Amino acid sequence: MADDLLVARGLVVSYGRSAGHFARRLAGPVVLHGVDIRVGKGETVGIVGESGSGKTTLGRALLGLVKPAAGSVVFDGNDITALDERARRPLRRRMQMIFQDPMSSLNPRHTIGRILIEPILLHGVARNRQTALAQVHGMLDRVGLSRNTVDRYSYELSGGQRQRVGIARAVVLRPDFVLADEIVSGLDVSTQAQVLRLLKELTGEMHLALAFISHDLSVVRSICQRVVVMREGRVVEEGPCERVFAAPQAAYTRMLIDAIPLPAVDPGWLTRGASVETGAAA
Amino acid sequence: MTTPRLSIEALSAISLRDGDRPILRRVALSVGTGEVHGLVGESGAGKSTIAKAILGIIPSQVKVTSGRIGFEGRDLLSLSAGELRAVLGRDIALVPQDPSTALNPSRRIDVQMTDGLRLKRGLSVKAARIRARALLEEVQIRDPERVLASYPHQLSGGMRQRVLIAAAFALEPKLVIADEPTTALDVTVQKQILRLIRSLQERHGTSMLFVSHDLGVVAKICDRVTVLYMGKVVEQGATAEVLASPRHAYTRALLAANPRYDRPDTGLEPTPPEVIAALRAEIAAFDANAGAGAGDG
Repeated sequence: MADDLLVARGLVVSYGRSAGHFARRLAGPVVLHGVDIRVGKGETVGIVGESGSGKTTLGRALLGLVKPAAGSVVFDGNDITALDERARRPLRRRMQMIFQDPMSSLNPRHTIGRILIEPILLHGVARNRQTALAQVHGMLDRVGLSRNTVDRYSYELSGGQRQRVGIARAVVLRPDFVLADEIVSGLDVSTQAQVLRLLKELTGEMHLALAFISHDLSVVRSICQRVVVMREGRVVEEGPCERVFAAPQAAYTRMLIDAIPLPAVDPGWLTRGASVETGAAA
Repeated sequence: MTTPRLSIEALSAISLRDGDRPILRRVALSVGTGEVHGLVGESGAGKSTIAKAILGIIPSQVKVTSGRIGFEGRDLLSLSAGELRAVLGRDIALVPQDPSTALNPSRRIDVQMTDGLRLKRGLSVKAARIRARALLEEVQIRDPERVLASYPHQLSGGMRQRVLIAAAFALEPKLVIADEPTTALDVTVQKQILRLIRSLQERHGTSMLFVSHDLGVVAKICDRVTVLYMGKVVEQGATAEVLASPRHAYTRALLAANPRYDRPDTGLEPTPPEVIAALRAEIAAFDANAGAGAGDG
C-alpha cells in the first residue's frame, strides 16, 4: 500500500444558515457526520454517492475550502485543519482542483494563455513569463491541445477541450494531490473516454494522488484503484475497486451497482431489485 | 407488419444560421404500436431536432427541407398550427429532460395537471382533479393530495419527473416523446422512473420515441434503436441485436467508449480517428449526392 498523502479523520461539516459569529454557532444541517478517508501517494481514489451524499462537501473540506466543525485533515504529515489563509498559501500549489464545469471555472475575459501562465508565476513555478510560456506549451502538447490555444478564449473551445485546459491548469503546477469533482458529467462518451484516459496517464506519469468525485460508478471503476461510497454524509463502504464492485459488502453499495444500466439487454433488470422508498422525498 | 404509428421518412433539415449546414440527412425511422424506439447519438447528432420536428417546435434558425412525419395517416409537417395543437397533448405528449424547468414554478401541481384534462378532455374542474389524483397514484406517488397542493420547488427531482410522466400519460396519448427523461436523476431514482415509464407504456399500449445519449438506458427500455451521427442514421435495428452485434464501426466505438463497472478495461477508448474519418467521408459523399439530386430535380 502506498504511503499516506492525505488523511482525514472524523470530519464533521455543517453549513450555517447565515453569516456572522453568533449565527454560525446555531449550526445548520450537518452534511458530514464524521468521515474518515485516506489517499495514498500516487493513488486514485473514487468518491461516489448520490446527490446529497456529501461527496462535494468532503472534497471541499479536504482542500480547506470549508472549515470542519470537528475532525482533522493531515497532508503529507502536517495537520492542515486549522491553517489560516496565509499559512495555507504554500499548500495551494501542491493541492489542486479540477472543476465540474470548465465553462464557469475559466474566466471568459482571459485568454487560455493568461489562465495557464498566471498561476505558474504566482506560485513561483517559473521565474519569468518566458519560462512559464514554455511550460504551458509543453503542457498543451501533453494534454493534446495545439499551442495556439493560448490565444483563444474558453467559449471558443469545445467541452472536451475546456476540460483539457482545466486539467492542464491543475497539473502544470506539479501538484501532489488533485481533486476532480464530476469532471466528465455532461461530456459525450467518446470525449469522456479521452479525458479519463488522459487523467489516468497523467496520474501515472506524475505520481499524482487523485480524489475523483463522481455519481457514476462505472466511470470510477475505469480509473480508480480504491473507492469510497457515501450516503447521507457517512461512508458506507470503502475498499479496492476490484473487491467493492465484485462483492459489495454494504446493501446500499449493492443497490447502487444494481441500479446502473449496462448497455446489454437484460429483460429482468427493470423489475429486479429493491426499490428505494421515495414517498418521503416530496 | 401493421402500419407503424409514427413513420418518419427522408426527413432532412438545415441550419439557416450556420450557412445552411445540414443537420438531418434523410432520416427514416418508424415506431410501431406499443413499441419503444430509442434515438441515440452524441450531442449534435440531431436527436432533439427530430423530437422537435414531431412536436412542431423547430427553432426558427432550423428549416426542414424535405420529408414526411406520418402519424395516424397524416403528415404532421403539413398540418396547420391549429390542427397540430389539437393533436399535441391529446395524441402526442412529451416527457421533458429537465423536471426542474418544465413545470411552472408559480403554479401549484393540481392547476398544472388539470389544464390539459379540462381543455382537451372537457372535464370539469372537480372531475379533472379526481383524475389527476388517480394519475399520481398510478405513478406510485403515495401522498397524491399533498403533491397536488405543492409548488414544484417543494418536490424532489424524482417526484417532479413522476408528475411530468403522469401529466404526459394523462390524456392517454398514442405517442409519447421522452427527451432524456432521466439524465438529471440519481441512478436509483432513474431505475424507478424507467420502470414506471415502461409499465405505463405497456399497460396503455403507448408508442414511444425515447431520446437518450446513454446506451445503458436504451438497453433497458427500448425495443428498437436508431443510432445517429451528424444527422444521419448510422445503424437501426432491434436493441438486442444492435448492442450484441453492432454492424457499424461507429456503434462499436460508442460501446467501447461506454464505461462498464463489470469490465474495468472499458470507458477509456475514444472513437478511433479512422472511424470518424470514414463517417465524415460517408457523409460528404451523401451530401454531394443529395446536392446533385436536388440539381437534377
